[in-house]
Amino acid sequence: MIGLKIIKRKPLPRWAKIIIPLCAILATLILSAIPILIARGNLWKSYYYLFYGALGTRYNLLETFVKASPLIFTGLAVAFAFRAKFWNIGAEGQLLAGALMATWVGINFTGIPKFFLLPIVIISGFIAGGIWASIPAILKTKLKVDDVVSTLLLNYVMIHIMGTLLFGPLQQPGSSWPRSSGILEAARYPMLLARSRFHLGIPLAFLAVLIIWFINNKTIFGYQSKAVGVNIKAAHFGGINTTSVILKTALISGGLAGLAGVGELCAIHYHLLMDISPGYGYSGIVIAMLGNLHPIGVLFASFFFSIVLVGAHTMSRMTGVPTYIAEVIQGMALIIMLIFLLLTEYKIRVVRK
Amino acid sequence: MISEIFSITFITGLIGATMRMATPIIFATLGEILTERSGVLNLGIEGTMLMGAMTGFLITLNSGSLLTGVIAAALVGMILSLLMAFLSVYLGLSQHVSGLGITLFSTGLAMFIYRLHFGSPIVPPTVEPFKQVAIPFLSKIPVLGPSLFTQYGLTYLSWLLIPVISVILYRTKLGLKIRTVGENPFAADTAGVNVNLTRTLSLAAGGALIGIGGAFLTLAHQNMFLIDVIGGRGWVSIAMVIFGNWDPLKGAIGAVIFGFLDGLQLRLQGLGIQVPFHVFLMIPYIITIIALVGVSRKATVPESLLKPYRREEKSG
Repeated sequence: MIGLKIIKRKPLPRWAKIIIPLCAILATLILSAIPILIARGNLWKSYYYLFYGALGTRYNLLETFVKASPLIFTGLAVAFAFRAKFWNIGAEGQLLAGALMATWVGINFTGIPKFFLLPIVIISGFIAGGIWASIPAILKTKLKVDDVVSTLLLNYVMIHIMGTLLFGPLQQPGSSWPRSSGILEAARYPMLLARSRFHLGIPLAFLAVLIIWFINNKTIFGYQSKAVGVNIKAAHFGGINTTSVILKTALISGGLAGLAGVGELCAIHYHLLMDISPGYGYSGIVIAMLGNLHPIGVLFASFFFSIVLVGAHTMSRMTGVPTYIAEVIQGMALIIMLIFLLLTEYKIRVVRK
Repeated sequence: MISEIFSITFITGLIGATMRMATPIIFATLGEILTERSGVLNLGIEGTMLMGAMTGFLITLNSGSLLTGVIAAALVGMILSLLMAFLSVYLGLSQHVSGLGITLFSTGLAMFIYRLHFGSPIVPPTVEPFKQVAIPFLSKIPVLGPSLFTQYGLTYLSWLLIPVISVILYRTKLGLKIRTVGENPFAADTAGVNVNLTRTLSLAAGGALIGIGGAFLTLAHQNMFLIDVIGGRGWVSIAMVIFGNWDPLKGAIGAVIFGFLDGLQLRLQGLGIQVPFHVFLMIPYIITIIALVGVSRKATVPESLLKPYRREEKSG
């Protein structure tokens, strides 16, 4: 019989940590040929339109930035939580919490100049997402409730809270659809480049990458958060208040996801809709892993996914391959990245038994 | 209104709906218990259910046979779980992330295949679904007859599986192997049990049940495939495993409680109550979280859950 033997290897040099995600992306793109061929798409045409659709024209390129913004936020949210081994699978719900709060503020805070209202909207969305994420963190630390399960279930609770409000008090008067009234002009993100949707949320996402990098590497809290992730017991005996660290980690993680929701509302849709997020929260998990939980890695992984998501539309139009290919690629990327990550620490030998 | 709620028809309907809505959760919970008892948390459950639902539907539509559809769903569940086994058992990757990877992958795949096969029709295609089977004599009992004993064949099967899995786990050599592998793989290995193979087989068997649970939703509960057909039922099943403290009977009881809440919201919607239906949809999830709060502190998790087994790394 043939078996696999997994042997620990010496730590790889730093450059390997950059090469490996790139190899994983390359492998994913190559393996994407399988679903494309199953869909009877012409291979070269499909790849060509995937990239042309995402990068080929000025508008498409800027759309890739637009799509990357929420992905960067949710990717950072998940990466920041996973680094502390707080299994936040709830970025989707936290995103919606942020969007919901921004909707309420954006509709009701009339008569405030844009210069003041925008920060209020952004901060309130951050807080809403953070609070929603702190529920599972409290349940985990105080009552030992599994965070994977509670964050996942809370996603559905938030979807239905939103549904209740959008069919109720938040519904646009006279509308039969579950959608809110439009937010105030002053609450909308400014567009930064003409003839595009390149909005404030994009530089904000880059800023968030820098801030998270700073927190991770230059602050005591960032160190403590990592220590909790590496070994919570050791961190506890080392004098770290682990409960407080997990709670703060959750607040920041949820807040980042909330900002993804604020951006989608205030720059793209202007009305709260049931399907305001096509699963950005779940994509965040893949992005965080592909980015090796590092903020800069998250930035690059977000752009990879943004290219796939934006390009898949053009590819679908030109070749007939369903747009859901993007979701398939996303799932494959996560699995492939996992295997590649294993190779950084272990060697796999095929052995005969 | 109140009189309507206490009417015989309402109660009969509610009990019937409870058992119907509990069915997919019972299947998935039992499958996950089997898996977790061997030491593997399968977070691929939500996507596996969706693939089961899609495959069961697609195969039934093409073959005209519901049974073939169910078998296909079980096979797909098995295949996805074998992928999970490859990643988490043989390669020893993080069970959390591999499971989520499988869920994301199979969710995308289910929608991709559906779209590829059907395009975007205005009216979704439908199958002739399973019919409820009345058990002779028992179905004549007032109230309980038309509700408990006039159910789908798959529902009866799910009930039957509760004692079957309990007996396998607690009363057979195989069950002892599974539990030992989940508690202390090193002891199991010393005793000559193939740890990885036992885990793989548990995953495969559990995956088949999870797949069937998904297929129930498109072949019995509804007669079409919708993208949100699973709607978190896989995650609920994971919660039920914890709620039931990894015991098949207790897990199934949890599933029935969830089924009751789910059935209640369907029935209350049917009465045309002027409360937004999303409030009702939310209740089962909230109660599930509250239930977890109640049990989590005294939960006895299988000792080696989440831990890959590598013979060389005893200390790990």
